[in-house]
Amino acid sequence: MLIKHTIASDPKSFEITSKAAHLKRRDFLKATLALSAAAILPTSAQAYLPQKIEGVIKSPFSTDEKLNKYDEVTGYNNFYEFGTGKGDPLDNSGDFQPKPWTIKVDGLCNNPGEIGIEDLMGQYQQEERIYRMRCVEAWSMVIPWVGVELASLLKKFDPKTEAKYVEFTTLVDPKQFPGQKYPIIPWPYTEGLRMDEAMHPLTLLATGIFGEELPPQNGAPIRLVVPWKYGFKSIKSIVRIRFVDKMPTSTWMQQAPSEYGFYANVNPDVDHPRWTQAKERRIGEFFRRPTLAFNGYAEEVADLYKGMDLRKNF
Amino acid sequence: MAGKRKIPIKPFVFLVCLLPAFWLVYGIFAGSLGANPIETILRDLGDWTLRFLLLGLAVSTVRRLMGWAWVMRYRRMIGLFAFFYAFLHLAVYIGIDHFFDWATIWKDIVKRPYITIGMTALLLLIPLAVTSPKIMVRKLGGARWKKLHKLVYPIAIMGVVHFYLLVKADVREPLIYGGILLFLLGERLYRRYGENFQLAKSIR
Repeated sequence: MLIKHTIASDPKSFEITSKAAHLKRRDFLKATLALSAAAILPTSAQAYLPQKIEGVIKSPFSTDEKLNKYDEVTGYNNFYEFGTGKGDPLDNSGDFQPKPWTIKVDGLCNNPGEIGIEDLMGQYQQEERIYRMRCVEAWSMVIPWVGVELASLLKKFDPKTEAKYVEFTTLVDPKQFPGQKYPIIPWPYTEGLRMDEAMHPLTLLATGIFGEELPPQNGAPIRLVVPWKYGFKSIKSIVRIRFVDKMPTSTWMQQAPSEYGFYANVNPDVDHPRWTQAKERRIGEFFRRPTLAFNGYAEEVADLYKGMDLRKNF
Repeated sequence: MAGKRKIPIKPFVFLVCLLPAFWLVYGIFAGSLGANPIETILRDLGDWTLRFLLLGLAVSTVRRLMGWAWVMRYRRMIGLFAFFYAFLHLAVYIGIDHFFDWATIWKDIVKRPYITIGMTALLLLIPLAVTSPKIMVRKLGGARWKKLHKLVYPIAIMGVVHFYLLVKADVREPLIYGGILLFLLGERLYRRYGENFQLAKSIR
């Protein structure tokens, strides 16, 4: 790739000619080969470039807090499919191709089927939602997402009354996701929501950030955003949505059941066994700030958990 | 070996050992420590503490296995650098990461095994650092000094366990440190209790 860029970005023909004249025959042949490769390569191995999303409307659900910088949102990620370091998703996502992309929706519904990412973006009004994102590791960001309410998509597939939960699955493809070459966590990454959580108006199926399509490291081309839950619930690069009657076992529940529960609601009163959840560091800030119940969305979602022991159902 | 004295190699090693600290200071000013610089600094200092601990343990192993007596000259310095990075690691945890939020820090120490273990290892390093000058060796007497400094074995084990317990899922890196530590401790146990004690002795 580097070779291609240095040659292709400097197409001064007089330089090439004069150089060629001085090269030995073999070297000249090599250089010629490299040039023809440069001419062919761009069509086959081009890194994905997110495009601007047109016609995005604002949402009353947005917070007016200060946004995190684009570099922070796209350079500090937990996406183990690309590696476990925070910079790995940016560094290792060069081979990821989010288009074409199809999401299969099935399980307990009357209208199972598939939807392509282009259709989803064309048929549904895309809105901007500026949400707080709180990671279970006690850091947080404010991110301007673009997307559609999950409920509006799910309704199209007409879930049956027996459907109590929704299960989400991430793509498995070690060629595109180099992190999947090692069984760090059980692949595919799986998450789940209770039906009422999935249908809640705050629950977003995100297609973009900062007015553009999602870059690979943020879960391209489509991911979940559940702002009142810890970030790991917001599963990335979704290929399958399934309506089920039993509570799905999420990846982190399989990995460490004592540390990660199904609900994973942001809760300053219930610590993670290895760190406190009472405070968080907003990325870009020096001092930790107090963590809010349901990540500040208690007014909208606390009712969903009325009568539940949130210590047990962590 | 003859020309060894002419080159001031020790100050050079000293500077090399300081490079990770310089790199972090540079990173702070250059803004090259990523989106969460406090985490990067804390992790890096922890990494270097472990590396210097293992390096310090490796000195006598190298002497025994390779027969290089001269490496022993750097052991104290390496040990003190382990303490230096450990101390900075703790200072950043208390003074920057938690900004002297003593209530939270105390809860961390009593509730989280990895913090309890890390803190214990750090406390145990203090007597070793304090007794590192030659005069302290003389004051204590060689035998007692040696006995005291055997504390470095549990300290190193606790250091690796501390790291192992804090990672969420990817235990490969702590396992690498664990493997190196196992080799360094194994070599000592083998030398002491192994069947081929005579062979080991002849190598030494």
